[in-house]
Amino acid sequence: MEENENRNCGCGCNMNNTDCSYTPEGVNAAFGYNSVPNDNCNNNDVREKMMAEIKSLNFAIIELAEYLDTHPDDKKALCLHKEYANELNELKDKYQRIYGPLSIYYPCNKWRWLEEPWPWERSDFNVDL
Amino acid sequence: MWTYNKILEYPINIKCPNPKLAKFIISQYGGPDGELAASLRYLSQKFAMPDQKSKAVLNDIGTEELAHLEMVGTIVHKLTEGASIEEIEKAGLGAYYTDRGVDVYPQSAGGTPFTAAYIACKGDPIANLQEDLAAEQKARATYEKLIDLCRDDPDVIDPLRFLRQREVVHFQRFGEALRGVQDKLAEKKFYMNNMDCNNMNNNNDCDCGR
Repeated sequence: MEENENRNCGCGCNMNNTDCSYTPEGVNAAFGYNSVPNDNCNNNDVREKMMAEIKSLNFAIIELAEYLDTHPDDKKALCLHKEYANELNELKDKYQRIYGPLSIYYPCNKWRWLEEPWPWERSDFNVDL
Repeated sequence: MWTYNKILEYPINIKCPNPKLAKFIISQYGGPDGELAASLRYLSQKFAMPDQKSKAVLNDIGTEELAHLEMVGTIVHKLTEGASIEEIEKAGLGAYYTDRGVDVYPQSAGGTPFTAAYIACKGDPIANLQEDLAAEQKARATYEKLIDLCRDDPDVIDPLRFLRQREVVHFQRFGEALRGVQDKLAEKKFYMNNMDCNNMNNNNDCDCGR
């Protein structure tokens, strides 16, 4: 139990600390997303960029899957699917470590699932999920 | 958005067809207190919930109900798959077979096709959550009646008991969500029908022209 409590899931929050003390800039830098302009810790650009990329990969996979359902032997489509699926998994993992879970299956020490905005909401930062 | 996982939420091991039971159980697929109604009810109400917990609870329970819809569909399918025409007729499914064949169609036990009139969205979080609490109790009661009707078939009873238990858990969660919403609405500066952009938190620049 003690061990679990001390384990940091990497999302930037710490179980020993009740308020979520994550510092996106630092984590962003660690993941190579340090190309953001240094304008007062505004890391929404990075978040938005990552989300846009997740969305395009996500859609590409949906489209490829539906195509592959009726063309299972198409090698090029299969290859693209594999590439995008790997890329999406990696990117989603990076995103979730910083900005919290995109699904209830992401393990974390703090229940950040409740954090707004939900995709149907206007957000205070310029991120549309 | 939703993604599909190729697993059932709870295993269903039905070995023998029994179209008689399918005729009753289909009500939890597309009947008044069925899983389709439950799912649509919660997933439609989630948009206007006023606090974090109620949004998450409606979203996540609404999602689980879709998994239950698949479970009930699976039960109906397995209970009709491989049944002879005589068995289907004897079970009172002749009319169903005429129109639907071996498809699983969202309808009540009495044959009424699914209708959105089964669900309510009142535009009021308290009224909506009270509706949801009642819906869970009605679904629980329906599963208990179905368990009575399936008393001779333990393979069918097993997943029905699981589904019944989930209704009880959901009732608990909705109760907790309701208390949270009541607290939220009791806060001094909460605008429930705040559709005016000028009053949105930190959002005066939405360009909607108002």
